[in-house]
Amino acid sequence: MSQQLINAITEMQEEEAVALAQQMLDEGASPSAVLDACKQAMDVIGQRFEKGECFIPELILAGEMLSQVAKIVKPHIQQEAAEKKLGKVVVGTVAGDIHDIAKDIVVFMLDINGFEVTDLGVDVPVAKFVEAVKATGAKIVGLSGFLTLAYDPMKETTAAVKALDPEVKVMVGGGQIDEQIREYTGADAYGKDAMAAVAIAKGWA
Amino acid sequence: MANTLPDNWNKLTPEQKLDWRLAAWSSPEGKPLNTPQAVANFTAATRRYIDVLKLREPDRVPRTLILGDYVAHYAGSNPGEFFYDYPKAIAATIKFCKDFDIEYGAGGNFMPGKLFDRLGYRLYRWPGGALAPTQGFQFVEGEYMTADEYDALIADPESFAMRVFTPRVMGALGGLGMVPSFFGTVELPFVPFMLAGFSAPPTHEAFKALLEANQIVLEWFGANAQLGAVTMGEMGLPGTMGGFSKAPFDYLGDSLRGTRGIMMDMYRRPAKVLAAVERLVPMAIQMGVGAANGSGTPFAMLPLHKGADGFMSNADFKKFYWPTLKATIEGIAQEGVVPMMFVEGGYNQRLDIIAESGLPKAATMWIFDQTDMAQAKAKFGSWACIGGNVPASLFKAGTPEQIGDYVKKLVDVCAPGGGFFLSPGAVLDQAKAENVHAYLKTAKDLGVYR
Repeated sequence: MSQQLINAITEMQEEEAVALAQQMLDEGASPSAVLDACKQAMDVIGQRFEKGECFIPELILAGEMLSQVAKIVKPHIQQEAAEKKLGKVVVGTVAGDIHDIAKDIVVFMLDINGFEVTDLGVDVPVAKFVEAVKATGAKIVGLSGFLTLAYDPMKETTAAVKALDPEVKVMVGGGQIDEQIREYTGADAYGKDAMAAVAIAKGWA
Repeated sequence: MANTLPDNWNKLTPEQKLDWRLAAWSSPEGKPLNTPQAVANFTAATRRYIDVLKLREPDRVPRTLILGDYVAHYAGSNPGEFFYDYPKAIAATIKFCKDFDIEYGAGGNFMPGKLFDRLGYRLYRWPGGALAPTQGFQFVEGEYMTADEYDALIADPESFAMRVFTPRVMGALGGLGMVPSFFGTVELPFVPFMLAGFSAPPTHEAFKALLEANQIVLEWFGANAQLGAVTMGEMGLPGTMGGFSKAPFDYLGDSLRGTRGIMMDMYRRPAKVLAAVERLVPMAIQMGVGAANGSGTPFAMLPLHKGADGFMSNADFKKFYWPTLKATIEGIAQEGVVPMMFVEGGYNQRLDIIAESGLPKAATMWIFDQTDMAQAKAKFGSWACIGGNVPASLFKAGTPEQIGDYVKKLVDVCAPGGGFFLSPGAVLDQAKAENVHAYLKTAKDLGVYR
């Protein structure tokens, strides 16, 4: 049945996916078996996204399905299985910019791909990034910005987190961000979408 | 300046309507052009623009800018002053226009901040309001229409806009939700009862707010006229933006349902989404045409958002996004107004779909952002003019040489045969002055046809 659940998620059959997850639990499947199926489904969706076969509606709906499944699985979990994380990432939309959609998708994809993500939200001052890196010990920072007004705050934030810890790697992305801006900000990498962010972070983890 | 349409308007073809509007826009007659130099500049710039629209070779490539906060930053002002201090905004804009070798009007984000305060506008945050004066205005993403309100929107989109959406996004206009139906105008005995429906104090407050807001807009028009006396009167810089509209899917997705909402609706209630976008087409057409009628500038900009590459598959683009955008473009063009699509993001996957859809020839303009311009030229060149694509990042972080090289390549690829105008790919909020100069100069030097 776990294959059926995987298929239901990857084929965007929302009601069926949630019903199948419930059925698996009712029939005695372990919570981790259900969550594993979800993870496998997300891997498929991630690959399709990279290949240009699935897009934002599918990522958002998959995220929605996952949170519904997580809600029904939660009561069955005796204790949180200590999942091995790939690494810690601090993510936020830089100071002055209040856009969150693309940043949220990056956070979701990093999380689903095994990273422990600290999401600082939008319009995040430089000092807040520095504090978060200090508090979490994260070695990866993701800076999001939709508008060109994000260029300078990205540059300042990159300089500040690297001043705190030169080993921290910084990736940047968003509507008007490109390789030129990567260079301008002094960041280590530019990612064009959420899967690129995952690939970059995996390369650094 | 508003035009009175000729009596035989409804008998004219779309081409005749367009030509009538272009002639009125480009004629120096009746325009406040005060010097021979202003007349000469105005005449050359409008002719150049019309040549490009009509897919003819102009004297040289028209050089346009899409200006946001850069005008304020350049002139030592800030976005907050552009919202709240008209004399400073006017002085800064004039300085910008005089310092750069431009050929079309350049407004920047000169906005009536008091208007948004008076209305209690919640859909955006702006400098000097909720944002610091140094920041640019920004959209507040949200779900302003719930999923179960589709039927109400579809039943009467205009009523929904006035009675449901507006009260949600404009705090001072909450009373519009109680405005009664005007059905009662038809019979004398009905009228008193209809008018009784205006008794609620919030409705009175809303109408008071509208009158005051209108006064603020008229003052702002006055300030724009002061600016125009210099940019048009002395410098002869024509305006190229007569109005705005939106793709129906973006109206629904950006402003009503929000990104998350609309993307899930595409799976959860596709029939409702399709019915809604179809119902929004007449409003989208009317918005573009009406503004062009009012301004006398027959170009309506449509900033395109959620149809970009990566946002949805080509199959979904063809199903949800393109048919009603196409109908909107055709409807605006039908009235002799030029729809000018500001194609944000990349459209590489969409070029064929659009090129093969049979849009009218020499009647639309396309400003691309991150789309491959050689492909755009190959697929659009025979039927529509194109421009754009000079990256915002290059204006900010590049060198004059780099931006000059970029412009040269664009001119080489896109200018042959005409139908090309120079434009940035995105709104300029951040730039280096030397890069803007290099952008303008390179195209002036290299973009000459004869």
